Amino acid sequence: MSDKIATRDAYGKILLEMGKKYPDLVVLDADLAGSTRTEWFGKEYPDRFYDIGIAEQDMVNIGAGFALSGKRVVCSSFAIFGSRAWEQIRNTAARCKLGIVFAYTHAGTSVGADGASAQANEDVAIFRAIPGMKVIVPADATETEKALPVVLENLDGPVYMRFSRAPVPIAFDDSYVFRIGKGVVCREGADVALIACGQMVALSLEAAETLARDGINARVINMASIKPIDEAMVVAAARDCGAVVTAEEHSIVGGLGSAVCEVLCEQHPAPVVRIGVKDVFGESGTPDELFDKYELSAPHIVKAARDAMQRAGK
Amino acid sequence: MTKLRDVDKLKEVALGLRRDIIEMITRAGSGHPGGSLSAVELVSALYLGEMNYDPKNIKDPDRDRFILSKGHCCPVLYATLAHLGAIPRKSLWTLRKLGSPLQGHPSNVKMPEIEVGTGSLGQGLSIGIGMALAARIDKKDYRVYALLGDGECQEGETWESAMTAGHHKIDNLCALIDYNHVQQTHPTAETKDLEPLADKWRAFNWHALEIDGNDYASIFAALDEARATKGKPTCIIANTQKGKGVSFMEGDPGFHGKAPDDAQYVKAMAELGVDVSGGKTYE
Repeated sequence: MSDKIATRDAYGKILLEMGKKYPDLVVLDADLAGSTRTEWFGKEYPDRFYDIGIAEQDMVNIGAGFALSGKRVVCSSFAIFGSRAWEQIRNTAARCKLGIVFAYTHAGTSVGADGASAQANEDVAIFRAIPGMKVIVPADATETEKALPVVLENLDGPVYMRFSRAPVPIAFDDSYVFRIGKGVVCREGADVALIACGQMVALSLEAAETLARDGINARVINMASIKPIDEAMVVAAARDCGAVVTAEEHSIVGGLGSAVCEVLCEQHPAPVVRIGVKDVFGESGTPDELFDKYELSAPHIVKAARDAMQRAGK
Repeated sequence: MTKLRDVDKLKEVALGLRRDIIEMITRAGSGHPGGSLSAVELVSALYLGEMNYDPKNIKDPDRDRFILSKGHCCPVLYATLAHLGAIPRKSLWTLRKLGSPLQGHPSNVKMPEIEVGTGSLGQGLSIGIGMALAARIDKKDYRVYALLGDGECQEGETWESAMTAGHHKIDNLCALIDYNHVQQTHPTAETKDLEPLADKWRAFNWHALEIDGNDYASIFAALDEARATKGKPTCIIANTQKGKGVSFMEGDPGFHGKAPDDAQYVKAMAELGVDVSGGKTYE
């Protein structure tokens, strides 16, 4: 748990490998290749890499044109800027059922000092609302390197993948298996369920350690596949534990917390406490400072777990 | 497919397409006649006289591609595809009806005979760039044609894509602007003037030319010039008349997105040489 790697770095590394595996892979970026790490692919495969410049809408539809010409396509930008092409993604990439991965980095509050304008806390919500869109939020570098090959091998429509700028703890070893639509139980427990995505998985495991010292056994679930979500695993968590916490580096509106609540309210109602950005804009600061101020850090997950259990009468 | 460039024969085709457009939109009860009628010569010239296109082999990897970026004018595309036998003629009368492949704006998912779903403006030229650059990677020599509306040149993405195509010298890409001078509510010059339009494209490192877009000879001369132009993309600014061929629709923003009523339908078809008075039908 001591090593930390930014998932954008793992993304850049595995994307380069995928360039060798898939001669039909075309990668596009919008002036941020040095930061999104697509530059590593671009240097190796310059004939299959285009930096479209600061023109995200153009990038998305150029990607559509490549996809319509039989190419496997990855478009990268920062989550906040790539999201401005939402309507292009909705109307062309998704409505036309095109195999394009939107691999966006610098997502969430942990982008840090750049402040509110750069902190995409709404991206999962707006991508999740698009019919046919898959939404994947890898927990760490390992999962990033496992997930992209699965996504590219099964590319039958648009996929949103969300990566972080900040180094995040390694939660999984090389035996980890990623499957679209499946969650992973990272820690067994039946007192409370912590369902997390992205780097919040590592923080949830840390919170679970704290809870264990008080005799509370938390089940920690990595729900990287937010859409399609693993409904059976969510329902089982509520049934077995009776109390649920969701944890994401994203707004509590429309993200993982909402997705879990949508499943539970129809299939197995249970108390849920959502850890996330509470419908506000962020500000400049270090990731750690921001996680404390916006109540995303491990102590807040611990408190949320106790609140959920109390509401469940446990 | 043998290319047809005989102007007299094409004029007959155009007349038939205009009849079909009026009939389709009337039966649908909604649609966009003005911009469909203005683009009849442009679309039919491309499909019948210019593009490497075989209606019997619509997914030929070497085919030229056509993107109707001004997707709301799909009746002209559907009518052209029906004329070529790519889609059944009787399907035209299902336009905008529940379950029909002829969506109000084109869908490649519901109708594989079209290259890409459009309908939200400003996107087609970017899509064309992707297709044109794919030809570069695959070492193919197909060409890509995107038909844009004039009002569409107010979209930011149109100029993003213009800059990209100019920068990458994408000479297998040709944009055609259906410059009918009228957008949804007002004349384009009133809403937000596009002029100097050709100079804008030239400033973005395109070869630009201005033609009469309702005249086949002019269109073919421009398409020949576009194909011969190497090292930069070509933009054909095609001056047309909105509602062309139906006198009371010509230049009237009121027929941008409205079907004719019963009396207007009879009058329009009469002008196009078909008597549909007294309940007589047109198939």
